Amino acid sequence: MKTDVLIIGAGGAGLMAAIAAKEEGVDVLVLTKEYPTRSQTCMAQGGMNAALGNVAEDSVEDHIQNTLKSAHGEADEESIRFMCSEAINAVEYLDSIGVCFSRTGDGKIAQRRLGGASAPRACYAQDYTGLKILHTLYDRANALGIEFVNDTFLLEVLKDEDGNACGAKVLDIRSGELKTYIAKTVILATGGYSRIYDKYSTNSTASSGDGIAAALRAGAKLKDMEFVQFHPTGLKNSSILISESARGEGGYLLNSKGERFTDELAPRDQVSRAIDEQIKKGEDIFLDIRHLGESFIDEGLPQERKLAKLYENVDPVHDLIPIKPVAHYTMGGIAVDNRSQTNVERLYACGECANHNVHGANRLGGNSLLEIVVFGREAGRNAATKAKEVASLSVPAHTECFLEKEFSNTVDFYKYKEKIGNLLYNKVGIVRKKSELKDALEELEMIKSLLPQMGWSDTSAVYNTNKQEFLEFRNIVEVSEVVIQSALGRDESCGAHYMEAQS
Amino acid sequence: MKITVKRDSAFEIYELEDGAYTLLEALNKIKRELDNTLSFSSGCRSSVCGSCAMRVNEKEVLACSYKVQEGDLIEPLNNMPVIRDLVVDMDKSYEMNVKAKAWIKTINSEAVLDHEAEKINEVQSDCILCGSCYSSCPVYAVNGEFLGPFSLTRVWKYVSDKRENDAAEKIDTIQTNGIWDCTLCNNCTVVCPQNISSKADIEKLRVRSSMFGYSDPNFGSFGGGFDGGFGFDGSPSF
Repeated sequence: MKTDVLIIGAGGAGLMAAIAAKEEGVDVLVLTKEYPTRSQTCMAQGGMNAALGNVAEDSVEDHIQNTLKSAHGEADEESIRFMCSEAINAVEYLDSIGVCFSRTGDGKIAQRRLGGASAPRACYAQDYTGLKILHTLYDRANALGIEFVNDTFLLEVLKDEDGNACGAKVLDIRSGELKTYIAKTVILATGGYSRIYDKYSTNSTASSGDGIAAALRAGAKLKDMEFVQFHPTGLKNSSILISESARGEGGYLLNSKGERFTDELAPRDQVSRAIDEQIKKGEDIFLDIRHLGESFIDEGLPQERKLAKLYENVDPVHDLIPIKPVAHYTMGGIAVDNRSQTNVERLYACGECANHNVHGANRLGGNSLLEIVVFGREAGRNAATKAKEVASLSVPAHTECFLEKEFSNTVDFYKYKEKIGNLLYNKVGIVRKKSELKDALEELEMIKSLLPQMGWSDTSAVYNTNKQEFLEFRNIVEVSEVVIQSALGRDESCGAHYMEAQS
Repeated sequence: MKITVKRDSAFEIYELEDGAYTLLEALNKIKRELDNTLSFSSGCRSSVCGSCAMRVNEKEVLACSYKVQEGDLIEPLNNMPVIRDLVVDMDKSYEMNVKAKAWIKTINSEAVLDHEAEKINEVQSDCILCGSCYSSCPVYAVNGEFLGPFSLTRVWKYVSDKRENDAAEKIDTIQTNGIWDCTLCNNCTVVCPQNISSKADIEKLRVRSSMFGYSDPNFGSFGGGFDGGFGFDGSPSF
């Protein structure tokens, strides 16, 4: 199977890249592990930043400064300038393809203030901003006749003898066959890696860092992998996200004694640390929105009420909601230049799997949807332009196939998946210590050495999710290793990477 | 508690701890601890990705928002090829969005959307493409070419969008195997986890179609004359 631009991943970034590449007049093929529209993008609620100044005075410069500040000096100013300047175009584009942004009384796109912003800057579509952007991009991709291959799991990025990316080796989940796709350029848009924290993540089960691990194996550089953003209010048992808007609307955080212990509206990393400190003292932590009243909760926070009832058996109108901070967004990823190109020739990346140097050590709320649109488009355009320069398709060099190795399947990988999650949450989590990071690395290396003793017990070729989850486990192990190594490589605290002084 | 899952080969009964948890949590427990071979799809766990739609006691639900109960019977969605166990092939229903041309064709940049305009298609744009509506649709069950509930809702979303300058092509497209084939049974509305009524959207599309000069083809043959509408033996020919 051959194409000009091969895109892996059909979330917001992948779809935007596909649209941009197709509009450049090249052939585009999109591979997705599930179906388009089932990605993490659908879970984004808050909004997408653009300094439109529709409800209060705002400027692109302020957006840039807020983003720089939040990044703790770890981002690239030029990239941030580019993203923030393009934001207005990006929102106009989305509006023009039919995204149902919420509106002001006079017909302008409504905006609200999210944490760390000096003005109401986030354009939103009720509480479904990501969902509506994602689905509208999908409709646009359909209008352009873009082809998708669903249920396709990325195994390896393929390179030719000269080291150029030239396609992908994948597992067709439905048939169990291994397939090779050949392309002139390849774009990875496979999402973040929060699920390495297993049950301590708000993310979709799919966010296992598959593209990042495959890029690493293909020789691509990763950057800032230690920066993992924890969200203060995941539900205690399930880690399902309770939106920041619950605190934005006046919700309190309480400990077991019923005391408030922090400023609920401080940045996410600070609030998460305050909660973590309480938990380590033996306190249980709760979100209290009872005082907001039933009618307000039903009108403004209906999803939160539903999820709390469903997953914690509490009704927030009358009860406290048990919460804990959990992994939510990963700032690190595949290093790319300002053309979305990785250090591997003809390999591009965009979205949460990529690191465009715009979030640094802490992402500002409302910048992730912006990033996928702005840099998704850049990746698509640049990969298409490059594909036009490439005269002919290359032949992939031989790549070792993981699936053909020997696996004795005497050790249950599901147990270790959970162990890695616990290990990372406890030792590579909100507050870190050098000694614990070293312990974590040691333990992870031990788990890695057990891989040949693991495997899959389901022998069916057809839709073998047991085998697929083992492949995801392998990626989780490889990405976790880099996260711990990166954390060990940074002694000082910086944004989401917080080091406790050793006594 | 015991639940029964329809597998490829047979119905299988799994024994689980009693407690209040979601069906998706139950399935994950089975997968990780009891039976690695059970196949199902899931994603966000919070009802916005549409991956875990399936049938419980013959009604479509999202496994992540349904609390599993003693004696539940779990089956895959109807009206789509089962790939394995609870996993169905949704390619065809996704493809209906393409066939129905569910997108903006020509943008009217002069159109001003206000609050009121925003509400016209707010609910329709909440759709998560989970496929529950296709599974419950008796028309889709007998006519695989029927454009079906979520794609027609999507068409209404764009047809009702003030920014669409050229709705004619979409209206033309949904005349065949589209709005007039729906029996208005309302099953899709009952099962939709997002409280969307495709039936109501189809009715609105019928009204809009009549503004474009179309009429219900089921009634088209009722006109005067001896051979109009009824066959030789007097039985209806439609």
